[in-house]
Amino acid sequence: MLSPEERQEIEAEIAHYPDKRAVCIDAMKVVQQHRGWVSDEALRDVAELLEMSVDELDSVATFYNLIFRKPVGRHVIMVCDSVSCWIMGYDRVREHLTTRLGIKLGETTPDGRFTLLPIVCLGTCDHAPAMMVDSDLHRDLDTEKIDSILEKYK
Amino acid sequence: MEKVLTKDLQPDGTPLDLKGYEKAGGYQGLRKALKMAPKDVTEIIKTSNLRGRGGAGFPTGMKWSFVPAGKDAPHPKYLCANADEMEPGTFKDRLLMESMPHQLIEGMIVAAYAIEADIAYIFLRGEYILCAERLRRALAEAYDNHCLGKNILGSGYSLDMHLHLSGGRYMCGEETGLLNALEGKRANPRTKPPFPQTSGLFGKPTIVQNVETLCNIHHIVNNGPDWFKGLSKSEDGGTKLYGASGKVKRPGVWELPMGTTIREILEEHAGGMKEGLKFRGLLPGGASTDFLVEQHLDVKMDFGEVQKAGSRMGTGTMIIMDDRTCPVGMVHNLEHFFAQESCGWCTPCWSGLSWAERILKGLEEGQGQEADLEKLSFLCRFAAPGNTFCALAPGAVEPLQSALKYFREDFMQHIREKRCPWR
Repeated sequence: MLSPEERQEIEAEIAHYPDKRAVCIDAMKVVQQHRGWVSDEALRDVAELLEMSVDELDSVATFYNLIFRKPVGRHVIMVCDSVSCWIMGYDRVREHLTTRLGIKLGETTPDGRFTLLPIVCLGTCDHAPAMMVDSDLHRDLDTEKIDSILEKYK
Repeated sequence: MEKVLTKDLQPDGTPLDLKGYEKAGGYQGLRKALKMAPKDVTEIIKTSNLRGRGGAGFPTGMKWSFVPAGKDAPHPKYLCANADEMEPGTFKDRLLMESMPHQLIEGMIVAAYAIEADIAYIFLRGEYILCAERLRRALAEAYDNHCLGKNILGSGYSLDMHLHLSGGRYMCGEETGLLNALEGKRANPRTKPPFPQTSGLFGKPTIVQNVETLCNIHHIVNNGPDWFKGLSKSEDGGTKLYGASGKVKRPGVWELPMGTTIREILEEHAGGMKEGLKFRGLLPGGASTDFLVEQHLDVKMDFGEVQKAGSRMGTGTMIIMDDRTCPVGMVHNLEHFFAQESCGWCTPCWSGLSWAERILKGLEEGQGQEADLEKLSFLCRFAAPGNTFCALAPGAVEPLQSALKYFREDFMQHIREKRCPWR
């Protein structure tokens, strides 16, 4: 069941469009904001609210990079793997993150603290290499800086 | 030289609030536009020679003139700001939105007025969180001060403006993909015709315009088309946000006259290559543009001149390749991006790009064969304009086809030595 807050936030978006289904991406993001990811159950509830079929909504959910259809850790690291960051040392950054966290790209640490995902160009190429942790942007990364950044997310 | 778009850029990048913005001359272009007939605003933009800053360079005023006008025109009409800055190596619209949100909003209101739009959306990348916060605040201020909503500044014109945060996919930056995404669908491209100007968002007349383009609109209305043309060093009017990333001394983004040479941007503004490194080549305007090399450094960065040199100005943010970066590895990285971001709608794109990615991976890992180069050339032709549904695949093969031309010996070395010589 969608919580009253979730429902209220989704309905506020509905007011901005002539068609309910147009807010389906916003609606899944609302759910994700509250629960971290979009479960099968949440997908069904959103589909019902927006009068869409569940399959149709899932086809939208799986198209977009920022909708998570699997559980994620408490913090999501999105590390840029696009060209400017690649030139400036993405391989080193990825290597350090995977070694330190003991997981591969796409995985979550066993303690549920971090999920590590690749992301396309974050549009901060003059400060490459870059990554986001949750909604924070971190730039000009090197191994030491990564270590101190990770410490901040418990 | 005169700065227009970054005139109000504060040293720490924090935006002016509405009061500060108005004090600096903000919302004057809007006031002036609201006293004119909408078609006259379009006429000014047409005369100014403003061309779209998103990459394709389509003349803005001409685009607007295709929107049905007058009493019998279908409503609601829509204006969409394409703020889905996802072209790898591009970081100019972020600056405009983070540091000058009211400028975008004012430009959008004037553009919407010109086409008599009823609703405007800002389609923003989901990852641009700071932009979203600042735009939300600026939108609220604009509503509070009657620059948005019913009867804007007493003119009788009404416009609502909403912010949409994308679910994240490169295809959303494609005009019709963006419209599908706004309708809550997968961002596949649509067949054209009908063009969005007549049948776009929810089947209604719609204009989609890049952020930087929109930021220019009210300045042109305020100062006139001749002033705008005079800002430039080329036939294309205005200033341009140029950028440089890669191993240069001072990567960044700068507002310069349209038509500034690549050499000036690279050497004077970006400070040249980092110590000990040599310039090898560059992508002039994002990942989907052809490589240019040493012989092209004196090319003017505008739509026509870069095209004559065999590439595209694209977004105007250059990605610089130095002599210690592997061209094959760089193109592999690019094709990985394009193959991943392909929406899967047409075969040359979903199949061709992932095939190219696999071949490039093989080359990097020492499994390359001479026949691979012919296959890659074939795939570039296979994905050429006319064979695909939208511009993603043709853009995707631009760096590949030009790398095969300028860095062929590097590909050969990978094949001969059965390894990447840079590793």
